[in-house]
Amino acid sequence: MMKKLLIGLFALSVNLLPNTVFAAGPSVDLMKANNDITDQPSLQRGAKLFMNYCLGCHQMQYQRYERTFRDIGIPTEVGLEQLIFDGSKVGSHITNAIEKDDAAKWFGAAPPDLTLVARVRGSDWIYTYLKSFYKDESRPFGVNNIVFPSVGMPHVLQELQGVPTAITEEVTEHGHTVTKIVGTQTDGSGELSDDEYDDAVRDLTNFLEYVGEPSRLESEALGIKVIGFLIILFILAFMLKKEYWRDVH
Amino acid sequence: MIGKLIGWIDDRIPMTRVWNMHIAQYPAPKNFNFWYFFGSLAMLVLVNQILTGIWLTMNFVPSAEGAFASVEYIMRDVEYGWLLRYLHSTGASAFFIVVYMHMFRGMIYGSYQKPRELLWLFGMFIFLALMAEAFMGYLLPWGQMSFWGAQVIISLFGAIPVIGDDLTLWIRGDYVISGATLNRFFALHVIALPLVIVILVFLHIVALHEVGSNNPEGIEIKRKKGSVAEEDKPKFKFHEYYTNKKDIVDAIPFHPYYTVKDIVGVVGFLILFCWVVFFMPAMNGFFLEAPNFEAANPLKTPEHIFPVWYFTPFYAILRAIPDKLIGVAAMGASIVVLALLPWIDRGRVKSVRYRCGFHKWNIAGFVITFVLLGWVGATPQTDLKTIISQVCTVTYFMFFVLLFIYSKNEKTKPMPERLTK
Repeated sequence: MMKKLLIGLFALSVNLLPNTVFAAGPSVDLMKANNDITDQPSLQRGAKLFMNYCLGCHQMQYQRYERTFRDIGIPTEVGLEQLIFDGSKVGSHITNAIEKDDAAKWFGAAPPDLTLVARVRGSDWIYTYLKSFYKDESRPFGVNNIVFPSVGMPHVLQELQGVPTAITEEVTEHGHTVTKIVGTQTDGSGELSDDEYDDAVRDLTNFLEYVGEPSRLESEALGIKVIGFLIILFILAFMLKKEYWRDVH
Repeated sequence: MIGKLIGWIDDRIPMTRVWNMHIAQYPAPKNFNFWYFFGSLAMLVLVNQILTGIWLTMNFVPSAEGAFASVEYIMRDVEYGWLLRYLHSTGASAFFIVVYMHMFRGMIYGSYQKPRELLWLFGMFIFLALMAEAFMGYLLPWGQMSFWGAQVIISLFGAIPVIGDDLTLWIRGDYVISGATLNRFFALHVIALPLVIVILVFLHIVALHEVGSNNPEGIEIKRKKGSVAEEDKPKFKFHEYYTNKKDIVDAIPFHPYYTVKDIVGVVGFLILFCWVVFFMPAMNGFFLEAPNFEAANPLKTPEHIFPVWYFTPFYAILRAIPDKLIGVAAMGASIVVLALLPWIDRGRVKSVRYRCGFHKWNIAGFVITFVLLGWVGATPQTDLKTIISQVCTVTYFMFFVLLFIYSKNEKTKPMPERLTK
């Protein structure tokens, strides 16, 4: 009885915790990224977006170009020609030349390194964040963000999405009626349709998730073999035990 | 040829004698159950931590400037570095799971009772050393939670009157957590504490083999010399060290019976362990906390600071009490009181199977308390949780108070003379 109770309680506590433990920032429901790190074309498109739109300010200082190209299926020559813009060697880390002090002056805070952002924030957060910019003239760059209020970053993907404006709703909270931003709507001036923009953001999220843990797929491939081996070993060990214990009464 | 070599060695070091005395002719009760896997599993995890730890130090850079980057270097550029790191980080949590199960086993079967008090105390010292080892190891990746978790825990020592501030300064080696702290924690984590743990584990086993294992029935298998009829003695050969002093019943030699049984336990454990290592090493933020993937930043306090899950029950007791000094004292007392179990429990019957019904409920309540404390210690505080943690702090200590009271004149069930399966 005790064993069952213990296991039940443990299972319960594990189930209750994950979504509440590290919920940072305002309580906004995150959208599901539904990305897939086995989807190489998506990762390649994500890498292209990152190198073109993000790398100017954000580094991936722990990740190397060569490893990235190899893992996501980009031939080295193609990568060198089309994804390395600053003449870096293919074995270099993915860095930029921005001065941290300058960047802090320009944006209020130095743009964070993005190697591990997917592990800190989670893919759903990144996906939601990139879809949650809205026009706000009170901010230095004219935009704000629902999941990251007073964000220092301009809406870099505006040329793809168009100019998003906030959709507001009157909601009652603790007896007060407040205006809450529930979503955004683009003016359609971007290069991409809404669906295409979602896909692009999903690709970028996917790429960031891959970079957060480049060993993920290798780990799972090896894990299947290891656990398969252990299950066979378990059966043999169990039979061996049974055999030895036959004379114990 | 082989026999000659063994003879040559045995003339110079007691190899065969030790093997027989402690393994091949060591008498173990024949009725060990599931709960008895966790001792050998704790040894397995210790070996895993030492081996993976050695390989991790080959590429880890113990400095405030280099630590975080070197961990990512291990994760990305070192061959199978990710595997070494995940084996080590998952091993840390597995160590506590296994040790908590091992301690719980001791509690339900009364394994701490006379004559095993010292055995229990060595175990408690291992637990303390393990907590220090885990705490210092957690600073090494130099992530946000490493830094701020250490900040919170070390500041607890500041609550001690008079010497508090000097003590925290002495522990940190600086006015804030810094590279100096990281370097000394590294030294303690890779040399001093592992050495202490290995020595304590050795003593734990020496003490165990001197008094012999308890078992789920709590019935001693070692009887007064001459009190057991020949036909009741097991047909196995046990080392004369044990048979000269006592008559032994219902025992089997540790090897091969428990070696083959422990292999089953080890492989079963490894299936679960590897499933975590290969498929969910962060364990939803329990084994690797998400904020720790951001490098330590002394200027940016994380919104919530939690210790890793295995400290949270004790951390919840600390937070339950508004006064810091009393909170720290209560947290310390919550561990000390465990060490005093052999003297708090005044009962003569060991196993929960033959103790009074109230004892079962008391233990069940303790388990619920411990899990609830762990939960409130691992999640952001709310008013309700503060109340839960305060109630649980009381019930935690009440377990021991009640045990002390009812164990004196406890109504126990009749015990069988011999082990039943």
